[in-house]
Amino acid sequence: MKKSVTFRNKKNTVSFQLETKTMLMLGLLVFFVLLACITGPSLGNKLISPLEVVKTIVGQGTGGNEFIVMQSRLPRTLVSLLVGAALGISGLILQGIVRNPLAAPDIIGVTGGASVFAVAFLTYLAGSVSIGWMPAAAITGALIVSVFIYTMAWKNGVTPIRLVLIGIGISAIMSALTTFMIVVSSAVTASQAYLWLTGSIYGASWEDVYTMSVLVLILTPLALIFSRSLNSQQLGDEVALGVGVRVQKDRFILLGISVVLAGAAVAAVGAIGFVGLIAPHIARTLVGRTFGSLAAASALTGGLLLFMADLTARTIFYPIDIPAGVFTAGVGAPFFLYLLFKNRNQF
Amino acid sequence: MTQSFSKIKRKFMVLILLFALFGLAFIASIVFGQTPVSFQEALSSFTNYNEESTEHIIIQTDRLPRAIIGTVIGASLAIAGALMQALTKNPLASPSIFGINHGAIFFVVVGVVFFSISSLIHLTGLAFLGAAVAAFIVYFLGSLGRNGLTPIKIVLAGAAISALFQSYTQAMLVLNETGLQDVLFWLAGSISGRTLDMLVPVLPFIGIAMMVAMFMGKAINLMTTGDDIAKGMGQNVVLVKGLMGILVVLLAGSSVAVVGSVGFIGLVIPHIARFFAGNDYRWVIPFSALLGAVLLIAADVLARILIMPQEVPLGVMTALVGGPFFVYLARRGVSKL
Repeated sequence: MKKSVTFRNKKNTVSFQLETKTMLMLGLLVFFVLLACITGPSLGNKLISPLEVVKTIVGQGTGGNEFIVMQSRLPRTLVSLLVGAALGISGLILQGIVRNPLAAPDIIGVTGGASVFAVAFLTYLAGSVSIGWMPAAAITGALIVSVFIYTMAWKNGVTPIRLVLIGIGISAIMSALTTFMIVVSSAVTASQAYLWLTGSIYGASWEDVYTMSVLVLILTPLALIFSRSLNSQQLGDEVALGVGVRVQKDRFILLGISVVLAGAAVAAVGAIGFVGLIAPHIARTLVGRTFGSLAAASALTGGLLLFMADLTARTIFYPIDIPAGVFTAGVGAPFFLYLLFKNRNQF
Repeated sequence: MTQSFSKIKRKFMVLILLFALFGLAFIASIVFGQTPVSFQEALSSFTNYNEESTEHIIIQTDRLPRAIIGTVIGASLAIAGALMQALTKNPLASPSIFGINHGAIFFVVVGVVFFSISSLIHLTGLAFLGAAVAAFIVYFLGSLGRNGLTPIKIVLAGAAISALFQSYTQAMLVLNETGLQDVLFWLAGSISGRTLDMLVPVLPFIGIAMMVAMFMGKAINLMTTGDDIAKGMGQNVVLVKGLMGILVVLLAGSSVAVVGSVGFIGLVIPHIARFFAGNDYRWVIPFSALLGAVLLIAADVLARILIMPQEVPLGVMTALVGGPFFVYLARRGVSKL
């Protein structure tokens, strides 16, 4: 088998090369995602045979099973896959920009900003404005806070370490603000808001599926286009400038993509930690370090990670629905410590 | 060490000033609140207590315990922070950054949920254990690698350990929903509704730890000059460091057991204390104690009157003050100190 396949149009204006191994890996991941779409709806308190799930999805379902699959389990599965994908790409881009394997939207405070705005929206506007605007609120929050973090970290340029440290500080402020609003508001009861903050996919609806899929489908190709620039940026700003990359402009757009994806994820399911951190690392061991294939692999791995976390969370202690965020943190935090140990000489 | 007389005099002046400030804060804490009480009235509740008077009851059963708890906890958190910053030679070290708060909370919640422990003394023991476990892990992870104990490694390890313990705590609380409401306020940190009964079991630990810390100033000064010099001067460095570690665990663990997760006091205060006292820990520690008490009481008063009739959790207040300070320190550059 050839090691790679090259595509080139006749005029040589477009050309790209795909490695066979990478393509196989991505194919495998896609296969697992499809598998998830069937196993997700079929597993639960009431087992539904995979065949019946497939039948229901293509529109030939019957009775109670159809309701369970179409109204509850399928949207939930899809939302977990989409949110995981969004977080995976978001984390990958951040790690690429700050050239630091420990960066992720939840660690540097982006998720915190989105949470503050989402809770503010729920508390102060939910009565008068349609809930459909909540993603917009969360994304706005994520954008504002990340611009703020970036400005605060700017001092003759932004060093990764300062960005992460300041992000952790801002995270603390944001979580204080969120707690404050929850305690003060009577609109959301404390335990509800607590669940939401931990990140739970419990109430996933088709609305969430549509919002998330639109965003993921628009922003992923955009991320792929800019992945070339990200590749060059890994060599350092000077080299990237030397090979003709508009470093600052591209970095700004990439950061925007990452932040919007993270904000949308928060709006859909609350603050789910560590998926954005882990997914890119798993993806890197699967497909190597080229950002194009890495973006696709991160999205798929992120989706699968969150899907498995949510599946475990909703089945293992049935009928109690544990927030998926508890699982991702329980697995993710030790992984983070492992990364810290591995990179111990860098800091 | 010979210091010029005027320098010592200046430090005594600062000390007196801090005492005055503390007195003011204490009085404010007794006077301000949902039911404002005049100073005379407050005084008379001590001199001739009247069971009929609502003001007197509020002061004696709510405000006074709060002010006392605030004083003790604020002072212990600040001393713990000062000791940690000296021990790790790291300006960002403090109980909350080290993950001590969430470690202690996790152990306490395990005790409550799985072993139905309700006696305060046992819960305090669990809080010590959790504080010690979290502090040890973060210290260990932070000191690995070629560059030794760097601020960034400590902060990252602390953040990860916090997230880990937090997630396990959340899982347990979701599985046992009973009492989530109570625990939630406690997780956010609060001294409202705390009675002196809760302070009493930890008071001996805090008292002894504070006394020892006050007398360790000279040894700490020597230790901060570097291990080699300190050894050369005949100090048992391991003993001093070990003792400091124990003091930190006692002070921070007790604090969490009483008020829950209140962050940033231990981070901010030692910096202010060093501003007045330089790096002389014979002064930094008493200054920290007073300033910590003042800050905690002031934050509590604000928490009470900011959104009356409700209350802001104390941990939220301190995070809103301390978070920006952390960002400022990170921006200024953490390689100093």
